[in-house]
Amino acid sequence: MKVSITVNGKEHQSDVEPRTLLVHYIREVIGLTGTNVGCDTSSCGACTLHMNGEAVKSCTILAVQADGASVTTIEGLAKDGVMHPMQTAFMENHGLQCGYCTPGMVMAAIGLLNENPKPTEEQVRMGLEGNLCRCTGYHNIVKSVLAAASAK
Amino acid sequence: MIPAAFDYKRASSAAEAISLVSQYGSDAKFLAGGHSLLPLMKLRLAQPAMLIDIGRVKDLSYIKDAGNHIAIGALTRHMDVETSKVLREHAPLLSHAAGHVGDAQVRHRGTIGGSIAHADPASDLPATTLALGATYVVQGPKGQREIAATKFYKGFLESDLAADEMLIEIRVPKMQGAGWSFQKFNRRAQDWAIVGVAAWRRKGEAGVALVNMGSTPILATSVATAIAKGASISDAAAMASNEADPQSDLNASTDYRKHLASVLVRRALEAASK
Repeated sequence: MKVSITVNGKEHQSDVEPRTLLVHYIREVIGLTGTNVGCDTSSCGACTLHMNGEAVKSCTILAVQADGASVTTIEGLAKDGVMHPMQTAFMENHGLQCGYCTPGMVMAAIGLLNENPKPTEEQVRMGLEGNLCRCTGYHNIVKSVLAAASAK
Repeated sequence: MIPAAFDYKRASSAAEAISLVSQYGSDAKFLAGGHSLLPLMKLRLAQPAMLIDIGRVKDLSYIKDAGNHIAIGALTRHMDVETSKVLREHAPLLSHAAGHVGDAQVRHRGTIGGSIAHADPASDLPATTLALGATYVVQGPKGQREIAATKFYKGFLESDLAADEMLIEIRVPKMQGAGWSFQKFNRRAQDWAIVGVAAWRRKGEAGVALVNMGSTPILATSVATAIAKGASISDAAAMASNEADPQSDLNASTDYRKHLASVLVRRALEAASK
Protein backbone atom coordinates (compact mmCIF):
# COMPACT_ATOMS: atom_id res chain seq x y z
CA MET A 1 0.00 0.00 0.00
CA LYS A 2 1.23 3.48 -0.88
CA VAL A 3 1.92 5.79 2.04
CA SER A 4 3.12 9.35 2.26
CA ILE A 5 4.86 10.15 5.54
CA THR A 6 6.79 13.32 6.38
CA VAL A 7 9.89 12.37 8.37
CA ASN A 8 11.90 15.20 9.95
CA GLY A 9 10.36 17.70 7.54
CA LYS A 10 10.90 15.69 4.35
CA GLU A 11 8.02 13.92 2.64
CA HIS A 12 8.58 10.30 1.64
CA GLN A 13 6.37 8.23 -0.69
CA SER A 14 6.73 4.49 -0.19
CA ASP A 15 4.94 1.26 -0.97
CA VAL A 16 4.71 -0.84 2.20
CA GLU A 17 3.05 -4.05 3.32
CA PRO A 18 0.14 -3.24 5.66
CA ARG A 19 1.87 -5.18 8.46
CA THR A 20 4.97 -2.96 8.36
CA LEU A 21 5.45 -1.35 11.76
CA LEU A 22 6.25 2.36 11.85
CA VAL A 23 9.56 1.69 13.62
CA HIS A 24 10.65 -0.73 10.88
CA TYR A 25 9.56 1.77 8.23
CA ILE A 26 11.69 4.49 9.87
CA ARG A 27 14.72 2.23 10.38
CA GLU A 28 14.67 0.08 7.26
CA VAL A 29 12.82 2.05 4.58
CA ILE A 30 13.93 5.58 5.50
CA GLY A 31 17.24 4.37 6.96
CA LEU A 32 17.15 6.36 10.18
CA THR A 33 18.39 3.97 12.88
CA GLY A 34 18.42 6.36 15.84
CA THR A 35 14.99 5.09 16.88
CA ASN A 36 15.64 1.79 18.68
CA VAL A 37 13.56 -1.35 19.12
CA GLY A 38 13.77 -2.52 22.71
CA CYS A 39 11.06 -4.76 24.15
CA ASP A 40 8.96 -4.66 20.96
CA THR A 41 5.81 -4.90 23.12
CA SER A 42 5.13 -1.18 23.85
CA SER A 43 6.50 -1.43 27.38
CA CYS A 44 10.02 0.04 27.23
CA GLY A 45 9.63 3.21 25.16
CA ALA A 46 12.94 2.84 23.25
CA CYS A 47 11.01 3.30 19.98
CA THR A 48 9.37 6.59 21.08
CA LEU A 49 9.16 9.24 18.38
CA HIS A 50 6.76 12.10 17.68
CA MET A 51 3.79 11.66 15.38
CA ASN A 52 1.98 14.93 14.65
CA GLY A 53 3.79 16.46 17.62
CA GLU A 54 2.95 13.81 20.23
CA ALA A 55 5.18 11.12 21.74
CA VAL A 56 4.08 7.64 20.59
CA LYS A 57 5.54 4.14 20.57
CA SER A 58 6.41 3.32 16.97
CA CYS A 59 6.61 -0.46 17.57
CA THR A 60 2.84 -0.48 18.12
CA ILE A 61 1.77 1.64 15.16
CA LEU A 62 1.49 0.44 11.56
CA ALA A 63 3.16 2.57 8.91
CA VAL A 64 -0.23 2.67 7.13
CA GLN A 65 -1.71 4.31 10.25
CA ALA A 66 0.92 7.04 9.92
CA ASP A 67 0.00 7.74 6.28
CA GLY A 68 -0.25 11.52 5.93
CA ALA A 69 1.35 12.14 9.33
CA SER A 70 4.39 14.17 10.23
CA VAL A 71 6.99 12.20 12.18
CA THR A 72 9.97 13.55 14.10
CA THR A 73 12.77 11.21 15.17
CA ILE A 74 15.86 11.83 17.30
CA GLU A 75 17.75 12.70 14.07
CA GLY A 76 15.33 15.55 13.41
CA LEU A 77 15.98 17.45 16.66
CA ALA A 78 19.31 19.19 15.99
CA LYS A 79 19.07 22.28 13.80
CA ASP A 80 22.12 23.39 11.76
CA GLY A 81 24.45 21.29 13.88
CA VAL A 82 23.11 22.71 17.15
CA MET A 83 21.60 20.16 19.51
CA HIS A 84 18.06 20.49 20.85
CA PRO A 85 18.07 21.92 24.43
CA MET A 86 16.90 18.51 25.73
CA GLN A 87 19.87 16.78 24.08
CA THR A 88 22.21 19.39 25.60
CA ALA A 89 20.61 18.87 29.03
CA PHE A 90 21.13 15.09 28.77
CA MET A 91 24.78 15.64 27.82
CA GLU A 92 25.48 18.15 30.58
CA ASN A 93 23.72 16.14 33.31
CA HIS A 94 25.08 12.73 32.33
CA GLY A 95 21.54 11.64 31.46
CA LEU A 96 22.77 8.56 29.62
CA GLN A 97 24.89 5.53 30.36
CA CYS A 98 24.77 2.82 27.68
CA GLY A 99 22.60 5.10 25.53
CA TYR A 100 20.11 2.51 24.32
CA CYS A 101 17.04 4.13 25.89
CA THR A 102 18.29 7.67 25.18
CA PRO A 103 16.59 8.48 21.84
CA GLY A 104 13.22 7.31 23.19
CA MET A 105 13.85 8.97 26.53
CA VAL A 106 14.68 12.33 24.87
CA MET A 107 11.63 12.16 22.59
CA ALA A 108 9.35 11.28 25.54
CA ALA A 109 10.91 14.06 27.65
CA ILE A 110 10.33 16.68 24.93
CA GLY A 111 6.74 15.45 24.62
CA LEU A 112 6.35 15.75 28.39
CA LEU A 113 7.56 19.38 28.44
CA ASN A 114 5.30 20.24 25.48
CA GLU A 115 2.33 19.19 27.60
CA ASN A 116 3.66 20.40 30.97
CA PRO A 117 6.45 22.99 30.55
CA LYS A 118 7.33 23.29 34.26
CA PRO A 119 6.90 19.83 35.80
CA THR A 120 7.80 18.87 39.36
CA GLU A 121 10.30 16.07 39.87
CA GLU A 122 7.44 13.67 40.59
CA GLN A 123 5.65 14.75 37.41
CA VAL A 124 8.82 14.05 35.42
CA ARG A 125 9.11 10.58 36.95
CA MET A 126 5.45 9.81 36.25
CA GLY A 127 5.62 11.45 32.83
CA LEU A 128 8.44 9.09 31.83
CA GLU A 129 6.69 5.97 33.19
CA GLY A 130 6.55 4.58 29.66
CA ASN A 131 10.33 4.57 29.22
CA LEU A 132 12.66 2.05 30.84
CA CYS A 133 16.41 2.52 31.29
CA ARG A 134 18.18 -0.82 31.45
CA CYS A 135 21.15 0.85 33.23
CA THR A 136 18.60 2.09 35.84
CA GLY A 137 20.08 5.55 35.33
CA TYR A 138 16.87 7.37 36.14
CA HIS A 139 18.36 9.85 38.61
CA ASN A 140 20.34 11.79 36.01
CA ILE A 141 17.62 11.41 33.37
CA VAL A 142 15.16 13.17 35.70
CA LYS A 143 17.84 15.77 36.49
CA SER A 144 18.35 16.37 32.75
CA VAL A 145 14.63 16.90 32.09
CA LEU A 146 14.31 19.30 35.03
CA ALA A 147 17.38 21.19 33.77
CA ALA A 148 15.88 21.45 30.27
CA ALA A 149 12.61 22.71 31.78
CA SER A 150 14.31 25.41 33.84
CA ALA A 151 16.49 26.46 30.87
CA LYS A 152 13.36 27.29 28.85
CA MET B 1 8.07 -9.12 15.96
CA ILE B 2 5.94 -8.63 12.88
CA PRO B 3 2.24 -9.55 12.64
CA ALA B 4 1.07 -12.21 10.20
CA ALA B 5 0.09 -10.72 6.85
CA PHE B 6 -3.38 -9.19 6.56
CA ASP B 7 -5.38 -7.07 4.16
CA TYR B 8 -6.08 -3.50 5.16
CA LYS B 9 -9.04 -1.21 4.45
CA ARG B 10 -9.65 2.26 5.74
CA ALA B 11 -13.15 3.39 6.71
CA SER B 12 -14.11 7.05 6.72
CA SER B 13 -17.38 6.62 8.61
CA ALA B 14 -19.04 4.17 11.00
CA ALA B 15 -21.48 3.17 8.24
CA GLU B 16 -18.62 2.37 5.85
CA ALA B 17 -16.80 0.39 8.58
CA ILE B 18 -19.92 -1.70 9.25
CA SER B 19 -20.50 -2.32 5.57
CA LEU B 20 -16.86 -3.47 5.21
CA VAL B 21 -17.06 -5.78 8.23
CA SER B 22 -20.31 -7.26 6.87
CA GLN B 23 -18.41 -8.20 3.70
CA TYR B 24 -15.46 -9.83 5.44
CA GLY B 25 -17.25 -11.36 8.43
CA SER B 26 -15.45 -12.80 11.44
CA ASP B 27 -12.03 -12.75 9.70
CA ALA B 28 -12.06 -8.95 10.02
CA LYS B 29 -11.17 -6.83 13.05
CA PHE B 30 -11.58 -3.11 13.64
CA LEU B 31 -8.35 -1.21 14.23
CA ALA B 32 -8.67 1.98 16.29
CA GLY B 33 -5.55 3.08 18.20
CA GLY B 34 -4.24 -0.47 17.92
CA HIS B 35 -2.70 -0.57 21.37
CA SER B 36 -4.55 -3.72 22.42
CA LEU B 37 -4.87 -5.42 19.03
CA LEU B 38 -1.40 -4.90 17.54
CA PRO B 39 0.48 -6.45 20.52
CA LEU B 40 -1.78 -9.53 20.24
CA MET B 41 -1.09 -9.69 16.49
CA LYS B 42 2.66 -9.33 16.97
CA LEU B 43 2.59 -12.23 19.44
CA ARG B 44 0.45 -14.14 16.88
CA LEU B 45 -2.27 -14.57 19.49
CA ALA B 46 -4.54 -12.91 16.94
CA GLN B 47 -4.30 -13.33 13.16
CA PRO B 48 -7.18 -11.45 11.53
CA ALA B 49 -7.18 -11.72 7.73
CA MET B 50 -8.54 -8.18 7.37
CA LEU B 51 -8.03 -5.01 9.42
CA ILE B 52 -10.58 -2.26 9.01
CA ASP B 53 -8.91 0.94 10.16
CA ILE B 54 -11.48 3.15 11.88
CA GLY B 55 -8.82 5.45 13.36
CA ARG B 56 -9.69 8.21 10.89
CA VAL B 57 -13.43 8.33 11.66
CA LYS B 58 -13.03 11.74 13.24
CA ASP B 59 -16.72 12.32 14.04
CA LEU B 60 -16.52 9.56 16.69
CA SER B 61 -14.02 11.54 18.79
CA TYR B 62 -15.99 13.83 21.11
CA ILE B 63 -17.03 14.45 24.71
CA LYS B 64 -20.45 16.09 25.05
CA ASP B 65 -22.61 17.14 27.96
CA ALA B 66 -25.94 15.44 27.17
CA GLY B 67 -27.96 16.56 30.21
CA ASN B 68 -28.03 13.73 32.72
CA HIS B 69 -25.08 11.95 31.16
CA ILE B 70 -21.83 12.64 29.31
CA ALA B 71 -21.61 11.16 25.80
CA ILE B 72 -18.13 10.05 24.75
CA GLY B 73 -17.35 9.06 21.17
CA ALA B 74 -15.79 5.60 20.96
CA LEU B 75 -12.68 6.91 19.20
CA THR B 76 -11.89 9.46 21.91
CA ARG B 77 -8.31 8.87 23.04
CA HIS B 78 -7.38 8.17 26.66
CA MET B 79 -5.41 11.44 26.75
CA ASP B 80 -8.53 13.39 25.75
CA VAL B 81 -10.66 11.59 28.36
CA GLU B 82 -7.99 12.30 30.99
CA THR B 83 -7.77 16.03 30.25
CA SER B 84 -11.44 16.75 29.44
CA LYS B 85 -12.86 19.63 31.52
CA VAL B 86 -16.40 18.27 31.08
CA LEU B 87 -15.41 14.85 32.43
CA ARG B 88 -13.30 16.29 35.23
CA GLU B 89 -16.41 18.15 36.38
CA HIS B 90 -19.10 15.50 35.83
CA ALA B 91 -17.28 12.14 35.83
CA PRO B 92 -13.94 12.73 37.56
CA LEU B 93 -13.54 9.02 38.37
CA LEU B 94 -13.40 8.25 34.63
CA SER B 95 -10.99 11.03 33.65
CA HIS B 96 -8.71 10.08 36.56
CA ALA B 97 -8.76 6.38 35.64
CA ALA B 98 -8.01 7.22 31.99
CA GLY B 99 -4.83 8.92 33.23
CA HIS B 100 -3.72 5.56 34.67
CA VAL B 101 -4.03 3.59 31.42
CA GLY B 102 -0.55 2.55 30.23
CA ASP B 103 1.71 5.56 29.83
CA ALA B 104 1.60 8.91 28.01
CA GLN B 105 2.61 7.39 24.67
CA VAL B 106 -0.10 4.72 24.96
CA ARG B 107 -2.69 7.34 26.00
CA HIS B 108 -1.91 9.38 22.87
CA ARG B 109 -3.04 6.45 20.70
CA GLY B 110 -5.40 4.18 22.66
CA THR B 111 -9.13 4.91 22.62
CA ILE B 112 -11.88 4.41 25.21
CA GLY B 113 -14.00 2.47 22.70
CA GLY B 114 -11.09 0.23 21.76
CA SER B 115 -10.42 -0.58 25.40
CA ILE B 116 -14.07 -1.40 26.11
CA ALA B 117 -14.64 -3.41 22.91
CA HIS B 118 -11.46 -5.39 23.68
CA ALA B 119 -13.15 -6.37 27.00
CA ASP B 120 -9.94 -7.14 28.86
CA PRO B 121 -10.78 -7.66 32.56
CA ALA B 122 -7.31 -6.27 33.41
CA SER B 123 -7.99 -2.95 31.67
CA ASP B 124 -8.98 0.09 33.72
CA LEU B 125 -11.81 1.61 31.69
CA PRO B 126 -14.15 -1.40 31.33
CA ALA B 127 -14.39 -1.69 35.14
CA THR B 128 -14.55 2.08 35.66
CA THR B 129 -17.45 2.56 33.24
CA LEU B 130 -19.12 -0.50 34.81
CA ALA B 131 -18.87 1.08 38.29
CA LEU B 132 -20.38 4.30 36.92
CA GLY B 133 -23.40 2.51 35.41
CA ALA B 134 -22.48 3.40 31.84
CA THR B 135 -24.42 2.45 28.73
CA TYR B 136 -22.67 1.55 25.48
CA VAL B 137 -24.19 2.42 22.11
CA VAL B 138 -23.35 0.04 19.26
CA GLN B 139 -24.17 0.27 15.57
CA GLY B 140 -24.76 -2.63 13.21
CA PRO B 141 -26.25 -3.18 9.76
CA LYS B 142 -29.78 -2.89 11.23
CA GLY B 143 -29.15 0.28 13.20
CA GLN B 144 -28.16 1.19 16.73
CA ARG B 145 -28.81 -0.48 20.07
CA GLU B 146 -27.89 0.35 23.64
CA ILE B 147 -26.24 -2.17 25.95
CA ALA B 148 -25.90 -1.60 29.69
CA ALA B 149 -22.31 -2.11 30.85
CA THR B 150 -23.70 -4.71 33.28
CA LYS B 151 -24.84 -6.84 30.29
CA PHE B 152 -21.89 -6.22 27.97
CA TYR B 153 -19.04 -8.37 29.27
CA LYS B 154 -19.51 -12.06 28.49
CA GLY B 155 -16.11 -13.67 29.13
CA PHE B 156 -12.36 -13.16 28.74
CA LEU B 157 -11.99 -10.71 25.80
CA GLU B 158 -15.62 -11.49 24.89
CA SER B 159 -18.45 -9.00 24.76
CA ASP B 160 -22.02 -8.76 23.58
CA LEU B 161 -20.84 -7.06 20.36
CA ALA B 162 -21.75 -9.05 17.26
CA ALA B 163 -19.07 -9.50 14.58
CA ASP B 164 -20.75 -6.88 12.39
CA GLU B 165 -21.37 -4.35 15.18
CA MET B 166 -19.20 -1.42 16.18
CA LEU B 167 -19.13 0.40 19.50
CA ILE B 168 -19.77 4.05 18.73
CA GLU B 169 -20.56 5.85 22.00
CA ILE B 170 -20.14 5.49 25.77
CA ARG B 171 -22.75 7.20 27.96
CA VAL B 172 -21.66 7.89 31.51
CA PRO B 173 -24.20 9.20 34.05
CA LYS B 174 -23.09 12.41 35.73
CA MET B 175 -21.62 11.68 39.16
CA GLN B 176 -23.58 14.54 40.81
CA GLY B 177 -20.78 15.34 43.23
CA ALA B 178 -20.34 11.77 44.52
CA GLY B 179 -17.07 10.97 46.29
CA TRP B 180 -14.83 8.63 44.31
CA SER B 181 -11.55 6.77 44.26
CA PHE B 182 -9.52 4.71 41.80
CA GLN B 183 -7.06 2.26 43.33
CA LYS B 184 -4.57 0.49 41.12
CA PHE B 185 -2.02 -1.94 42.53
CA ASN B 186 0.77 -2.85 40.15
CA ARG B 187 4.50 -3.55 40.16
CA ARG B 188 5.62 -1.04 37.52
CA ALA B 189 3.95 2.35 37.05
CA GLN B 190 2.77 1.64 33.48
CA ASP B 191 1.58 -1.94 34.05
CA TRP B 192 -1.87 -3.41 34.08
CA ALA B 193 -3.37 -3.63 37.57
CA ILE B 194 -2.73 -6.81 39.55
CA VAL B 195 -5.98 -5.72 41.18
CA GLY B 196 -7.75 -2.42 40.62
CA VAL B 197 -10.85 -0.82 42.15
CA ALA B 198 -13.09 1.94 40.78
CA ALA B 199 -15.54 3.22 43.40
CA TRP B 200 -17.94 6.08 44.05
CA ARG B 201 -20.16 6.89 47.02
CA ARG B 202 -23.01 9.31 47.64
CA LYS B 203 -24.30 8.88 51.21
CA GLY B 204 -26.05 5.48 51.28
CA GLU B 205 -25.40 4.75 47.64
CA ALA B 206 -22.20 3.29 46.19
CA GLY B 207 -20.84 1.71 43.03
CA VAL B 208 -17.76 -0.52 43.09
CA ALA B 209 -16.13 -2.45 40.23
CA LEU B 210 -12.99 -4.57 40.19
CA VAL B 211 -10.17 -4.79 37.66
CA ASN B 212 -8.47 -8.16 36.99
CA MET B 213 -10.59 -10.13 39.48
CA GLY B 214 -12.12 -12.62 37.03
CA SER B 215 -12.63 -13.29 33.34
CA THR B 216 -14.65 -10.06 33.00
CA PRO B 217 -14.64 -6.74 34.87
CA ILE B 218 -16.58 -7.44 38.07
CA LEU B 219 -19.36 -5.33 39.60
CA ALA B 220 -19.04 -5.78 43.38
CA THR B 221 -22.77 -5.67 44.08
CA SER B 222 -22.45 -7.18 47.59
CA VAL B 223 -20.30 -4.23 48.66
CA ALA B 224 -22.76 -1.68 47.25
CA THR B 225 -25.72 -3.47 48.85
CA ALA B 226 -23.95 -3.61 52.22
CA ILE B 227 -23.22 0.14 52.09
CA ALA B 228 -26.86 0.81 51.19
CA LYS B 229 -27.93 -1.20 54.23
CA GLY B 230 -25.67 0.87 56.49
CA ALA B 231 -22.75 -1.55 56.93
CA SER B 232 -19.39 -0.13 57.99
CA ILE B 233 -16.77 0.33 55.28
CA SER B 234 -14.61 -2.50 56.60
CA ASP B 235 -17.59 -4.91 56.80
CA ALA B 236 -18.61 -3.97 53.26
CA ALA B 237 -15.04 -4.27 51.95
CA ALA B 238 -14.79 -7.80 53.38
CA MET B 239 -17.36 -8.79 50.71
CA ALA B 240 -15.21 -7.41 47.88
CA SER B 241 -14.65 -10.80 46.24
CA ASN B 242 -18.21 -12.17 46.60
CA GLU B 243 -18.88 -11.79 42.86
CA ALA B 244 -15.26 -12.31 41.74
CA ASP B 245 -13.41 -15.39 40.54
CA PRO B 246 -9.78 -14.32 40.20
CA GLN B 247 -7.09 -16.40 38.52
CA SER B 248 -3.66 -17.25 39.87
CA ASP B 249 -0.82 -16.08 37.66
CA LEU B 250 2.85 -15.03 37.86
CA ASN B 251 1.93 -11.82 39.65
CA ALA B 252 -0.49 -13.05 42.28
CA SER B 253 -2.35 -16.10 43.58
CA THR B 254 -6.12 -16.24 43.80
CA ASP B 255 -6.04 -15.80 47.59
CA TYR B 256 -3.64 -12.88 47.37
CA ARG B 257 -5.90 -11.17 44.82
CA LYS B 258 -8.93 -11.65 47.08
CA HIS B 259 -7.04 -10.18 50.03
CA LEU B 260 -5.84 -7.28 47.89
CA ALA B 261 -9.37 -6.61 46.62
CA SER B 262 -10.74 -6.21 50.15
CA VAL B 263 -7.87 -3.90 51.15
CA LEU B 264 -8.24 -1.76 48.02
CA VAL B 265 -12.05 -1.62 48.26
CA ARG B 266 -11.72 -0.45 51.88
CA ARG B 267 -9.21 2.24 50.87
CA ALA B 268 -11.37 3.29 47.92
CA LEU B 269 -14.54 3.58 50.02
CA GLU B 270 -12.68 5.50 52.74
CA ALA B 271 -11.35 7.96 50.16
CA ALA B 272 -14.76 8.21 48.48
CA SER B 273 -16.47 8.90 51.80
CA LYS B 274 -14.40 11.97 52.67
